[in-house]
Amino acid sequence: MGLFTTRKTVFVESDILIIGGGFGGCGAAYESRYWGRDLKVVVVEKANIERSGAVAQGLYAINCYMGMQWDENQPEDHVRYARNDLMGLVREDLGYDIARHVDSSVHMFEEWGLPIMKDEETGRYKREGKWQIMIHGESYKPIIAEAARKAATKVYNWVMVTHLLMDKTRPNRVAGAVGFSVRDGKFYVFRSKAVIVTAGGASHIFKPHSVGEGMGRTWYAPWSSASAYALPIQVGAKMTQMENRIVLTRFKDGYGPVGAYFLHLKTYTENAYGDNYEATWYDSIKEMVGDYVDKQPVPTCLRNHAFLQEIKAGRGPIRMVTKEAFADPDKETVGWENFLGMTIGQAVVWASQNIDPKETNPELIMSEPYVMGSHATCSGAWASGPEDYAPSDYQWGYNRMMTVDGLFGAGDAIGGTAHKFSSGSFTEGRLAGKAAVRYVNDLGNDQPRVDETEYEDLKTIIYQPLENYKVGRNEIVAGTVSPSYLLPIQGLQRLEKIMDEYVGGTGTNYLTNEPMLTRGLELLSMLKEDLPHLGADSLHQLMRAWELQHRTLASECVTQHTLFREETRWPGYYYRADHPKLDDIDWHCFTLSRYNPESGEWAMEKAPVHHIID
Amino acid sequence: MPTFVYMTRCDGCGECVDICPSDIMHIDPVSRRAYNIEPNMCWECYSCVKACPQNAIDCRGYADFAPLGHSVRVRREEEKGTISWKIKFRDGREKNFVSPIRTTPWGSIKSPSDYEAPSPDALKTQELAHEPEALHVEALPALPPRKD
Repeated sequence: MGLFTTRKTVFVESDILIIGGGFGGCGAAYESRYWGRDLKVVVVEKANIERSGAVAQGLYAINCYMGMQWDENQPEDHVRYARNDLMGLVREDLGYDIARHVDSSVHMFEEWGLPIMKDEETGRYKREGKWQIMIHGESYKPIIAEAARKAATKVYNWVMVTHLLMDKTRPNRVAGAVGFSVRDGKFYVFRSKAVIVTAGGASHIFKPHSVGEGMGRTWYAPWSSASAYALPIQVGAKMTQMENRIVLTRFKDGYGPVGAYFLHLKTYTENAYGDNYEATWYDSIKEMVGDYVDKQPVPTCLRNHAFLQEIKAGRGPIRMVTKEAFADPDKETVGWENFLGMTIGQAVVWASQNIDPKETNPELIMSEPYVMGSHATCSGAWASGPEDYAPSDYQWGYNRMMTVDGLFGAGDAIGGTAHKFSSGSFTEGRLAGKAAVRYVNDLGNDQPRVDETEYEDLKTIIYQPLENYKVGRNEIVAGTVSPSYLLPIQGLQRLEKIMDEYVGGTGTNYLTNEPMLTRGLELLSMLKEDLPHLGADSLHQLMRAWELQHRTLASECVTQHTLFREETRWPGYYYRADHPKLDDIDWHCFTLSRYNPESGEWAMEKAPVHHIID
Repeated sequence: MPTFVYMTRCDGCGECVDICPSDIMHIDPVSRRAYNIEPNMCWECYSCVKACPQNAIDCRGYADFAPLGHSVRVRREEEKGTISWKIKFRDGREKNFVSPIRTTPWGSIKSPSDYEAPSPDALKTQELAHEPEALHVEALPALPPRKD
């Protein structure tokens, strides 16, 4: 410890602490301030909220908009859509809640200056698909960040939160968080009455297709380091549906999005021999999942499954037929601007390989798995539902409060609510923000207190990788191989290899079974034992070390959930080879886990799925 | 395409360092100019390219799948409210696109505190800020309470 006794500690007091300044966090900041005029609302972000989170490079569509003003969709319709896509298992109470509020968020975005495309004839927002509206969203994040900066008492950029702090006066109640500045290395102790976790989901827990320079071109942002999960898991919050990882069918290598291509440009897929293959797999899919194959639109995972089967049958590569659509110059412009607005790397791949979709039908690929809660998947914390209609066993306090008192979440952090995307995550942040204001008001004088020993102990642990490196570096001449420490990238590659080979990554065609998962857990526990020996040569690498800690804990949770659910609920996302069919009798339920922070053990249970929408 | 920085254009101002979401644009202590310290953690989001006042940052497609000879250049102009792209293929073909980025002046968003404070009773309702007006429908939809 001697080296770090002089490291300065910064204490920050707040009423509401928001961890992560992406869409969920910005929504939480706005709403907290609207309802809590005199409260101290603090946002802490490991990067700069101007360009942080999953929407850093922009978006070309808002994928969750009802259009209630034009009677285009009602909230119930969105619940049915998300339920069908997730093979029956979503938190309908939470999903309805987002859907009934999301239009007001989008209308605020437009008022703030987000260019939303309009249909010239009707004056309505231009639809890409039933739920999607088209935007010029290069500055989507800077616009939303401006609103959050106006709302927050203070935004701490470049501070990574590593752990939550618990109240010393009452068990199971949050009291704040700790972290460090990635710029000057100062130690931060945030003391807060309520905490809203709006950090990111998880890329880089499964080995990506590209392991050279291109490993950064993951579908989800490389800075999405599973903090949304690790922070609540560490303090014993219950998690749900963590096995429900997502695999994306995207344009090859750049992972350029296909939504606008399918929905707006009306392009379609074919195998290497020009055949439409999806229908040929209908009977075999029906055999696995029964009537779910007949849902419209066909669930995302089942379309993945057909794609994978066609590749395994030797009829790849699968291509997107773009030549017809791109003959129309307007559609060609949409096709390119769609990438430039949100996945610039795909434009680079095509430019580098001379792929002009007017002349060449581009290849598609299925990605490595990701764990997140806002796209066609719903991993995250088990949260209390809206007070006015949530079933009683889904309701134990304030809306979006986890199973830890005072700990709220939104976006990737909250489980069971698929298809919220950017607008829904922002809306969920708003819901959490308002609920947190109520929680803080109701606390009165019964305020949480942090324990000095707790944060001082964490301070030692947090900076340990710098000390490990400083000491161990003198043992060796030069280079990256040390007998005493692991570099963060080395630990990350071990994690990705374990998850890939044992938990259903691309290396096994997304397949796993009980013996593989059991072995995976053994290897993960050895990785966890090694993590205190990470070595960091800089504050940047110290951030990478803590990102790896968060990813590893989340990965263990994913593996436990995958082991617990003895069925193949989402073929095309992953396969339990020892339970190859969907099993609605035993597994039409949510999986819940709780990590015991003292013992390090996991407890698993089932929770019922209440269908509150017909 | 991981980013790289042209030595003759960079003046070491640090705008890229302050914006990179991956914290991988750093100032080289010897040359006092910026560079990408971790290309394999670059998402090619172009945040640094757009932020660079000297237009000193460019991208070269990932070496493991992008052949050389291409470029995707960008100019983001906040005062004009536009973003302009020039795509150059390996074989020399070019495509150009311009899009709007914002319809209102930068800095013009009102703080939620600038709106009239809601009543204490409103805090107990399900309505969020500016609702129901901002929904553009008469009332916030709701489901009947559960009887269980």
